[in-house]
Amino acid sequence: MAKLSFKNVKHSYLANPQNPSDYALQDVDFTWSDGGAYALLGPSGCGKTTLLNIISGLLKPSEGQILFDSTDVTAMSPDQRHIAQVFQFPVIYDTMTVYDNLAFPLKNRGVDEASIKQRVEKIAEMLDLSGSLHNRASGLTADGKQKISLGRGLVRTDVNAILFDEPLTVIDPHLKWLLRSKLKELHQQVKRTMIYVTHDQTEALTFADKVVVMHEGQIVQVGTPTELFEKPKHTFVGHFIGSPGMNIFPCKIFGNRVMFEDYALEVHGEISEKLVVGKAEVGVRPEFITFSNKGIPVNVVKVDDIGRLRIVEVRHKGQSFKMVLKEGEAIPDKDVHISFDVNHTHVYCNGWVIN
Amino acid sequence: MNKIKASATTIYILFLMLPIYWLVSMSFKDTSEILGGFTLWPQKVTFQHYITIFTDPTWYVGYINSITYVGLNTLISVTVALPAAYAFSRYRFLGDKQMFFWLLTNRMAPAAVFALPSFQLYSALGLFDTHWAVALAHCLFNIPLAVWILEGFMSGVPKELDETAFLDGYSFPRFFIKIFIPTVAAGIGVAAFFCFMYSWVELLLAKTLTSVNAKPIAAIMTRTSSSAGFDLGLLAAAGSLTIIPGAIVIYFVRNYIAKGFALGRV
Amino acid sequence: MSIKTENNKAWFLIIPVIILMGLNAFVPLMTVINYSFQETFGDNVFFWEGLKWYDQILHSDRFHSAFLRQVMFTSIILSIEIPLGIAVALALPRKGALVSLCLVLVALPLLIPWNVVGAMWNIFALPDLGLLGKMINGMGIDYNFTRDPLAAWFTTVLMDVWHWTSLVVLLSYAGLRSIPDAYYQAAKIDGATNWAIFRYIQLPKMKSVLIIAILLRFMDSFMIYTEPFVLTGGGPGNSTTFLSIDLVKIALGQFDLGPAAAMSLIYFMFILFVCWIFYTIMMKDEGK
Repeated sequence: MAKLSFKNVKHSYLANPQNPSDYALQDVDFTWSDGGAYALLGPSGCGKTTLLNIISGLLKPSEGQILFDSTDVTAMSPDQRHIAQVFQFPVIYDTMTVYDNLAFPLKNRGVDEASIKQRVEKIAEMLDLSGSLHNRASGLTADGKQKISLGRGLVRTDVNAILFDEPLTVIDPHLKWLLRSKLKELHQQVKRTMIYVTHDQTEALTFADKVVVMHEGQIVQVGTPTELFEKPKHTFVGHFIGSPGMNIFPCKIFGNRVMFEDYALEVHGEISEKLVVGKAEVGVRPEFITFSNKGIPVNVVKVDDIGRLRIVEVRHKGQSFKMVLKEGEAIPDKDVHISFDVNHTHVYCNGWVIN
Repeated sequence: MNKIKASATTIYILFLMLPIYWLVSMSFKDTSEILGGFTLWPQKVTFQHYITIFTDPTWYVGYINSITYVGLNTLISVTVALPAAYAFSRYRFLGDKQMFFWLLTNRMAPAAVFALPSFQLYSALGLFDTHWAVALAHCLFNIPLAVWILEGFMSGVPKELDETAFLDGYSFPRFFIKIFIPTVAAGIGVAAFFCFMYSWVELLLAKTLTSVNAKPIAAIMTRTSSSAGFDLGLLAAAGSLTIIPGAIVIYFVRNYIAKGFALGRV
Repeated sequence: MSIKTENNKAWFLIIPVIILMGLNAFVPLMTVINYSFQETFGDNVFFWEGLKWYDQILHSDRFHSAFLRQVMFTSIILSIEIPLGIAVALALPRKGALVSLCLVLVALPLLIPWNVVGAMWNIFALPDLGLLGKMINGMGIDYNFTRDPLAAWFTTVLMDVWHWTSLVVLLSYAGLRSIPDAYYQAAKIDGATNWAIFRYIQLPKMKSVLIIAILLRFMDSFMIYTEPFVLTGGGPGNSTTFLSIDLVKIALGQFDLGPAAAMSLIYFMFILFVCWIFYTIMMKDEGK
């Protein structure tokens, strides 16, 4: 086991990349600490699968280095790196039994029969596969097959990290939850580094201790689920995480005052005009907007009841805001104003937070 | 590893090309060079044999005959197979499995078994020595094949397509022609390719069912080799020319070959 | 796959096929069956003979040896073409500009008329004028396929391998192409050797197309007529007289319609029986 570092890793699928947009991965410099449970979150095409394949060694990056502890593994093949990977669609060896599937990586590495048996049985038990060890693997359901894929990574004692590439895509919704909690439980048992790629924020936030958010080939923020929620470093994170996403609207900055239309806003931390070069925006999550007597006057446009919460859309001139009301909170009839929670109002310049 | 693979591919393709090369090179040698001794390539290139073929009607008419009945057969086989394949891919009906198997068994019938009775049948129908006789007789193995290939492709098209179209008020014939046929176009291409191929290469039935007017080129070649002595150059030139239609057809379907040869079943 | 609906009207869609197949398959087959029980001396006068011709064929040495030659030929070419075809399919490039070119060249022998194949190999293998014949004789081996049965067999088998291995290659290649990349990546991560990848990933995924390949090659090689007929004419002697060649000799050469018909049916039934076994295995596999 080891910690895993990326040193200025770039990758392009083109032979001669010219612009930054030719890169699927733009200059990633990051360290994954040993034994962590990471989620790699981002929309389709943001470079997360590229990043994953570079870790496993299926892809060789165009530039940069990958280190496991202090060993440079950039040029090593997947099996030399001791990495396990679970793919989007279950990969099983159809003609083998469940036992043989699980034993396959060990047999390939010349482990003796007795140790294989012991190891496979232990892992099968962890995965609740003990009962079907001697059945043909091809007869299993999708979630059973995906467990085998995972099991082939777990049986190996030399694995540095287990990578998951959207592993729940083909699993039935009601089994997704079960398998996800199984993964979490397994992580606590085996204490291996796990990196879980997904575009589903619920999956990411429930599985991981640390979530790595990617956008257009870059890592935009790394943090705990709470950090991502309370202080998004980039408007993309604010927008992508949370439901509904963060309200983001333009503002002007004069000296150290932040102005939205004619209204001065109080924001978290210190702001200075000097910091702003380019487009300035304010971001507030719907959870941190409340009705009040003063502040920005608005009209209520729409109310959506989603069970215990209500999502209210209000509008000031051309700008609409979404806010989340808890049960029992009333919507005023007239003279509606809204105000923002100071500690959770952030200012962004060209997308990045500045306060 | 990749070097081994590349050289294995090269060797295999060389092995395939050698006899063809020999045939083509022979067709450009004059008779005295062929009989005079062994030469690896034509010492003096001559178009003599090709000129003979293109100017003598007994030769070039053979090509026209072959192309005509092969085209007819491909058209008939695919047209007839389309609705049948649709029936097999979409519906269960009394005796469907038995019918399908019976169709396939005809693909297994040795042409030699059918040669004589077919000759009698088409003579009785007054079609002997016409393009129609060969075109219809080749349906024996091409219809089952076309049904089989098309059924494979059609099974891959979701049934929801049909249902949506019917809900939208399409009648069956209109749906079939306007929507379904374009959807399985690749399958039709593959089926047509196979029909063309088997009709083009088959000779036993084609030879038995024709005598003068519809005689295929390949049969004219056989006649030459036996009766007019062994004019190898002419034979080689005629043989080389029969490779060209096949090559053209393969070129057109080259992107479907890999999937097509699995008969849509992968 | 969606479940098919029960609908007996679907028969209407098959009517054109039934008419054409009835004309081409059913009528001739009935004629053959009819002949197989009768004797004729011409002028459309027939006598009922019962099972006499069947009895005669089943006990004739001529049929036995032709059948044996046929089985031997089919086994030899299957045992060469199937492994060779798989090997070539594995070696073919999977992507890149060369793929189309390779596939076109590989498919070329399949589209050459069968008698041209025979004629081409005749020219190619002639001991004095052919490239192959000259090469073998040049190595100091006495080779003449028109005189020596062994050389005739060698040439016929080589010709069939040349002609038909491509079919196996293309089918296997289609099977290989259907394997998603993730399988190869997982195998790499599991540390599988090339042999293990072949044995546990590629071979199982090729299984269904390989069954089709074996089926087609079995059928077609068992029915082979034109190519060996043009190449060797069944000789020297009867050494390359396979079933179809023998059948045509009896039917069209000697005009012995009764025995020819009985032989046709036995021949056909045998192919049918073997194919039925394949078909059953295949359907069982698809049903899974």
